[in-house]
Amino acid sequence: MENAIAIATEGLTHKFGEFIAVDHLNLSIPEKTIYGFLGPNGSGKSTSMRLITGLLTPTEGTIRVLGMDIPAQSEALRLHIGYMTQKFSLYEDLSVIENLRFIAQIYNLDKHRSKQRIAEQLHAYGLDIYSAHLAGNLSGGQRQRLALACATIHKPELLILDEPTSAVDPENRRDFWEKLFDLCDSGTTILVSTHYMDEAERCHGIAILENGIKRADGSPEQLMKDLGAQVVEIDGENLRQLKQQLIAHSHIISAAQQGTHLRVLIDEKITQPQVWLQQEFPEIMHGRELTLVRPSLEDVFVHCTGEGRKK
Amino acid sequence: MIRTLQPIYYSLQRIKAIMFKELRQLARDRPTFGMIVMIPLIQLLLFGYAINTNVRHLPVALMDNSHSEIARTLIADLTATQVVDFISEVYTATQATEALTRGKVRAALIIPNDIAQRLNDDRPLAQWIVDGSDTMVSNAILNLKNMPLSTLNNRAFSSAIISTKATFEMTLFYNPERRSEINIVPGLVGIILTMTMILFTSAALVRERERGNLELLITTPVKPMELMIGKIVPYVFVGLVQMTIVLGLGHLIFDVPINGRIDQIFLAALMFICASLTLGMLISTVAKTQLQAMQLTVFLLIPSILLSGFMFPYEGMPILAQWIAEALPATHFIRIIRGIVLRAATLSDLWPDLLWLATFTLLGLLVAAKRFKKRLD
Repeated sequence: MENAIAIATEGLTHKFGEFIAVDHLNLSIPEKTIYGFLGPNGSGKSTSMRLITGLLTPTEGTIRVLGMDIPAQSEALRLHIGYMTQKFSLYEDLSVIENLRFIAQIYNLDKHRSKQRIAEQLHAYGLDIYSAHLAGNLSGGQRQRLALACATIHKPELLILDEPTSAVDPENRRDFWEKLFDLCDSGTTILVSTHYMDEAERCHGIAILENGIKRADGSPEQLMKDLGAQVVEIDGENLRQLKQQLIAHSHIISAAQQGTHLRVLIDEKITQPQVWLQQEFPEIMHGRELTLVRPSLEDVFVHCTGEGRKK
Repeated sequence: MIRTLQPIYYSLQRIKAIMFKELRQLARDRPTFGMIVMIPLIQLLLFGYAINTNVRHLPVALMDNSHSEIARTLIADLTATQVVDFISEVYTATQATEALTRGKVRAALIIPNDIAQRLNDDRPLAQWIVDGSDTMVSNAILNLKNMPLSTLNNRAFSSAIISTKATFEMTLFYNPERRSEINIVPGLVGIILTMTMILFTSAALVRERERGNLELLITTPVKPMELMIGKIVPYVFVGLVQMTIVLGLGHLIFDVPINGRIDQIFLAALMFICASLTLGMLISTVAKTQLQAMQLTVFLLIPSILLSGFMFPYEGMPILAQWIAEALPATHFIRIIRGIVLRAATLSDLWPDLLWLATFTLLGLLVAAKRFKKRLD
């Protein structure tokens, strides 16, 4: 991508006492893209985001966001970013429109513009009919829409979303992502953290984080292509037993049950994985159907984090 | 010109946004809103009755017109009782009442030039002018009324036999009926304001933290000082309403006279409210939860009740307690409000206390804003 770089970090490290939350993180996130942090809880996603917005001071390393040095210029940065926290952080005892007005005033929109933007946001996020409802009485999906409406009321160049959809049902999640694509199309750079694979797959670029370390990054397609492993799905009975036997083998990276079949990641050095499996485990493979499938992002995730990585 | 004013305008706009948001939230929080009215009401009725203790070393003024040996002996006898300390000498009756109004002394002893004649005639020797607003204080001085004149008699200044009549004539200023409510009610304003102002503000910021609002606010252009001011101002009005309830009802129910100027009462209350709110803000930068904020508030409230002069006269307390009392905004405010309400003192009479409140507020705000960093670490 030939876009300018919105966020660049080098050797970014943050320690809470002895605990290393973020470990030498290098990032280069192009403008006008959606970039995802994928990782389990405690992998350093939130801490990285807080470092990037200047809410935390890094122990080591440099951060540049929208051409500004962070944390030195974080006050100036605040006018250009929108931030959505993991937990709903608007005022539950204020109505939808009151929350929007409050945030508009905080960003010093003038009366006319504030009125216009609030109307636009209410409409764009389908909140017109709820404008007088207290934020505390909204459903999970409505709350997220309100939070996004508030975070974007001043048309920020960079939008940072910390697990925005963790409390939202799948349908609302899809709608929410539609909105993110709209925002991206209109020129907003979006940094989003998630632990949902399907969400990560929607990003233009992702970084897989674990224990504060970046395990892999790139576009989801590229990551899947470069997996370095092949995926075979095995069906039949006694899948749990089968899994135990398979993962003991050094060429098998991981095995996970998915419904009626077992998804097995096999070292890419094996040329014909199905045949190899039949030969290595003739007894237990007998009568089972083996299918070579396209790797998913989850396979990538499993491959480069946790137990899978060690092999 | 316009360009230079713009940051200020922006800042004011943000403060205004926080203020109105706070008021809205307050209006929707029914229990808290009820507390604004109920706390002063219930406490006023509960504290209608007071506690009495012995008081010593009351500061008093002396006006000696006789300059006689008898007068000196009388003064020595009075000092020996330890009830009073003669801290200043005045020369006219006006000066005496002025010292009383300023709250510098609790009473003044006026010794007439015919003291020798009075001793012979077995009439009261001298007159006490007493600030009656605090009944505990005035009682202590009134007890001197029949002080025996043993030393005088021993020295045989006169042929008179030990007097059975009163030694002094007593004149009570400000609270001639010696009703304790007169003193309790203005003091109660100080206690109630301490309680509600510190509690509301300390909880207000902690609540934002607990509910996660703060995490959002710190990513916006809001500056710490703006947040502090925006959150404080609405409670200033709450405090003024409470003071009006207490003094108004105190006037109606307990017949407490309002002798001073109303505008000065409000001004003094305003200063004290600001100081208390600042204290609340300081707590909120320390406390992590609303419960902690509550505990810290109580921790400050108890000395404010016990040491501020609300419950026990300042003079009756040991030195250490007096030092602590001096540090509490409530002590200074209670002095001011009793002065204005009961003795018709003016703020210019009471300027040291006022100055102290202002200094406290300013320092407190600075420390609070400094402690509240826009960082999470």
